[in-house]
Amino acid sequence: MADEPLVLGIETSCDETGVGIVRGTTLLADAVASSVDEHARFGGVVPEVASRAHLEAMVPTIERALKDAGVSARDLDGIAVTAGPGLAGALLVGVSAAKAYAYALGKPLYGVNHLASHICVDQLEHGPLPEPTMALLVSGGHSSLLLSADITSDVRPLGATIDDAAGEAFDKIARVLNLGFPGGPVIDRYAREGDPEAIAFPRGLTGPRDPAYDFSFSGLKTAVARWIEAKRAAGEEVPVRDVSASFQEAVVDVLTRKAVRACKDEGVDHLMIGGGVAANSRLRALAEERCEAAGIRLRVPRPKLCTDNGAMVAALGAEMVARNRAASDWDLSADSSLPVTDPHVPGAAHSHDHVHETARENLYP
Amino acid sequence: MLLLALDTATPAVTVALHDGDDVIASSSQVDARRHGELLLPAVDRVLAEAGLRLDAVTGIVAGTGPGPYTGLRVGLMTADTFGLALGVPVHGVCTLDGLAYAADLDGPFVVATDARRKEVYWARYADSRTRLTDPAVDRPADIAGQVAGLPAAGAGALLYPDVFPQAHEPEHVSAAALARLAVERLKAGEELPAPRPLYLRRPDAQVPKNYKVVTPK
Ligand SMILES: [Zn+2]
Repeated sequence: MADEPLVLGIETSCDETGVGIVRGTTLLADAVASSVDEHARFGGVVPEVASRAHLEAMVPTIERALKDAGVSARDLDGIAVTAGPGLAGALLVGVSAAKAYAYALGKPLYGVNHLASHICVDQLEHGPLPEPTMALLVSGGHSSLLLSADITSDVRPLGATIDDAAGEAFDKIARVLNLGFPGGPVIDRYAREGDPEAIAFPRGLTGPRDPAYDFSFSGLKTAVARWIEAKRAAGEEVPVRDVSASFQEAVVDVLTRKAVRACKDEGVDHLMIGGGVAANSRLRALAEERCEAAGIRLRVPRPKLCTDNGAMVAALGAEMVARNRAASDWDLSADSSLPVTDPHVPGAAHSHDHVHETARENLYP
Repeated sequence: MLLLALDTATPAVTVALHDGDDVIASSSQVDARRHGELLLPAVDRVLAEAGLRLDAVTGIVAGTGPGPYTGLRVGLMTADTFGLALGVPVHGVCTLDGLAYAADLDGPFVVATDARRKEVYWARYADSRTRLTDPAVDRPADIAGQVAGLPAAGAGALLYPDVFPQAHEPEHVSAAALARLAVERLKAGEELPAPRPLYLRRPDAQVPKNYKVVTPK
């Protein structure tokens, strides 16, 4: 439909410079420049390296997105940007670009929440989100169970990790096994040839008195490292495939078990999984199996939409426009700890439009 | 000609409009922690004061530092994106050159700004328009010999009076000075460089040591 909002979204919360363009719930462009290779030798994302790369990559990535989408910047209905949470310095580069772009084009600006964007991106894959939607977000930076009745205004946290994010655990175990960074894809690959039941690693926070929806991966990480060290100390070879498979099984077992339980408890018949770890093949398979058994419909976007990207920001921005949510002000700031309960950062009433009107009056008195 | 100049490489968030003859509107606010929030409203205010819209601008001038990176990037990203949206050239001017221009001194002098971590960003000038050395970042005590006996402009001079006893105005750069300098150079037929950041330091990046052993000894 031509009257659906055409929105450009900018994402710079971590190490991906993402610029996406959507029309309503249709994906038109998803341009991403990643600095991941520059971080690999450090074994983790270095904030200053990421911020420098965002500044370099931003303009070419915007140009590429416009070209891929075949649209003109003039036709955009709004500019959306990740206002948080994320790395403060990295977020600020994207927010500065989005504000300048929106201002120069005379378009409304929408500072949106990174986590809500991870959920909303599924609209580009599977159509409008069911309301309510249960979402399991898992990546190097987040592990959360969220319940959203309206992705533009009502996102409730049910549970989150109390220590490491799920993706972090993958990175750390990959480091113990000397498999490099990032750890998720390589562990997934080794795990395919290993036995997930070879070693019984602990399932964190699954006792009867533990919080039902929170996660903990720190104990698992320590248990796996200790097991590997014992093998090495005994002069035995470490069975990398079995360790990978058994570790991965422990992570995805807890994630899917808690997500399905949350759906049942809340009477929600849809589960969406997003974030970089959603690309894990075993997480997808086990979630599929358990959701089917529980009569829950599973929605997982394709891997490229699960990792950080600009299309997810554009998707949420388009929803903000469609639902007439207030635009952000020109003094929008990057908020590294933006609460998940704030899907966007609305401006003080009307002041945003007022700025435009002032400018227009000045030019055409 | 209508140039929009901006600089966020020092604690000042500063914006100016220059119509080819002189600065017609400007704004400077000093708040080292809020560059991101203050810059766009300042641009909006300066344009409103001149009764113009951004699309009347024919070029952008951005201070390229050196300066603390997070703030510096706010100005450069804003300038780059304005350039993209408006299809106008974006020129880079070294922030220290803007300070030197505003200092308006005839003889040799030094410009020094606060680089934090007990260091200064600095350069030597023959006069207000002529820089003699590449911008550098150093501990004041380590350059005392090179700056001895010279007046010094900028907040770095005020911070370290032992090394810079002859402190001179201004403390921070102004976009008005940056714009005037850029216009002078453009009118003289000079090419101004692309607005690339002068970081001068490598990113802080600790290479993690091998993973910590968790088995108790
Ligand atoms: Zn993310």
